[in-house]
Amino acid sequence: MRKKEWKVVITFKTTTGAMGMEKLCKEEGISGRLIPVPRQITAGCGLAWCDKLESREVLEKVMSVHNLVYENIYEMEI
Amino acid sequence: MIYFDSAATSLYKPDEVADAVYDAIKSMGNSGRGAHGAALEAGRMVYDTRLQLARLFHINDCSRIAFTSNATESLNIAIKGLLHPGDHVITTELEHNSVLRPLYEMQQQGVEISFVKSDSIGRILPDQMKTQILRGTRAVVCTHSSNLTGNVPDIAAIGALCRLHNLIFVVDASQTAGVFPIDVEQMGIDILCFTGHKGLLGPQGIGGIYVGDNISLIPLKTGGSGSQTFHKTHPANMPDLLEAGTLNVPGIAGLHAGVSYLLNTGLDAHREAEQALMWHFYNGIKDIAGIRIYGDFTVKERSPIVSFNLGEYDSAAVCDQLAEDYDIYTRGGGHCAPLMHQALGTKEQGAVRFSFSFYNTREEVDFAIQAVKQLAKV
Repeated sequence: MRKKEWKVVITFKTTTGAMGMEKLCKEEGISGRLIPVPRQITAGCGLAWCDKLESREVLEKVMSVHNLVYENIYEMEI
Repeated sequence: MIYFDSAATSLYKPDEVADAVYDAIKSMGNSGRGAHGAALEAGRMVYDTRLQLARLFHINDCSRIAFTSNATESLNIAIKGLLHPGDHVITTELEHNSVLRPLYEMQQQGVEISFVKSDSIGRILPDQMKTQILRGTRAVVCTHSSNLTGNVPDIAAIGALCRLHNLIFVVDASQTAGVFPIDVEQMGIDILCFTGHKGLLGPQGIGGIYVGDNISLIPLKTGGSGSQTFHKTHPANMPDLLEAGTLNVPGIAGLHAGVSYLLNTGLDAHREAEQALMWHFYNGIKDIAGIRIYGDFTVKERSPIVSFNLGEYDSAAVCDQLAEDYDIYTRGGGHCAPLMHQALGTKEQGAVRFSFSFYNTREEVDFAIQAVKQLAKV
């Protein structure tokens, strides 16, 4: 397995929310990708948005501007 | 891309399936609504699909098969339409949430549930079920195969037990319809719930339910039936009883093509090919240091599934890396079978599940074995 790195992980209540996040980030030219929710956390939906730690602020801002509802934001080593 | 997630849905299907969906959208009307050519074309195809399914499952009367959207809907119809407050029902720790959650809902309404426990490799024994039978026991709900371990309970033995004690036997064939032979008469199955998009090779969004002719269910939905317009109540005859509203004709057309393919080519050759791939994979990974493989691999007959964990690695992370670095698609995390995870001790870690199709090749499996070996290295 690859070496663990610190990431920002955003969870959603539903798959619909996670898909909305992917579409939004693609439209806004923001990096990151969907991953299966890491075992350390639980979420309504099995998909989470994952990106480098430095992107947290940008992600929070874009979700806020577009009223995208997420469940939680974590910073974790995965 | 190498797809090893056929237990979730059969991505690889005969070309005829997609062609049939396309043709149905282009040419078919609404089955049972009107008597013009387009409606009749749909009606004939739907009827022929019932006949095919009846042949596949050894059902005498094809009108006892209703189309649903998936196995979950079928199981909801069976469980909620059959059980009443005060009834006792027996189920197992192998079950999927599509069985458990409707049962828990019924529990809230006064239905009593007993669970047949699994051993540490995911097996249940019919004898254990026998000890759970009470005076008020009405039904047994049991899967034909665990979606997590691939273990296949002895459905015929459980069916015989149900016949002996006059219990209604509901079988979840989500993983086995189109893969293992199913004979509702020989196996003593009263209600068979199946989906169309896995072993039956149809599209997603189509499934079905067989209800034995001595059983009457209360439908979940009522509404348009194409008949008895001025009656205030929904028709009581099968299959109309369970088919309120317009049928998924393109989905049924795709299912028709999938089942036709299976009936023409036979289930055994496909299943044996899938099991050969499963054993090849199992033998290739079983000796990796720190691997834990779940399920009963002491028997020949099992669904083509291998679930495992590598040391303490998060199963979701293993799946993610298989997808990202090797383009191998599997499923990790929890598998909607909470009691099975508990019995196997994988509640926290989940499990990496490989599930095989007869369209997969030995070369793909060899590549996957090497990938798992590499990931297992710290």
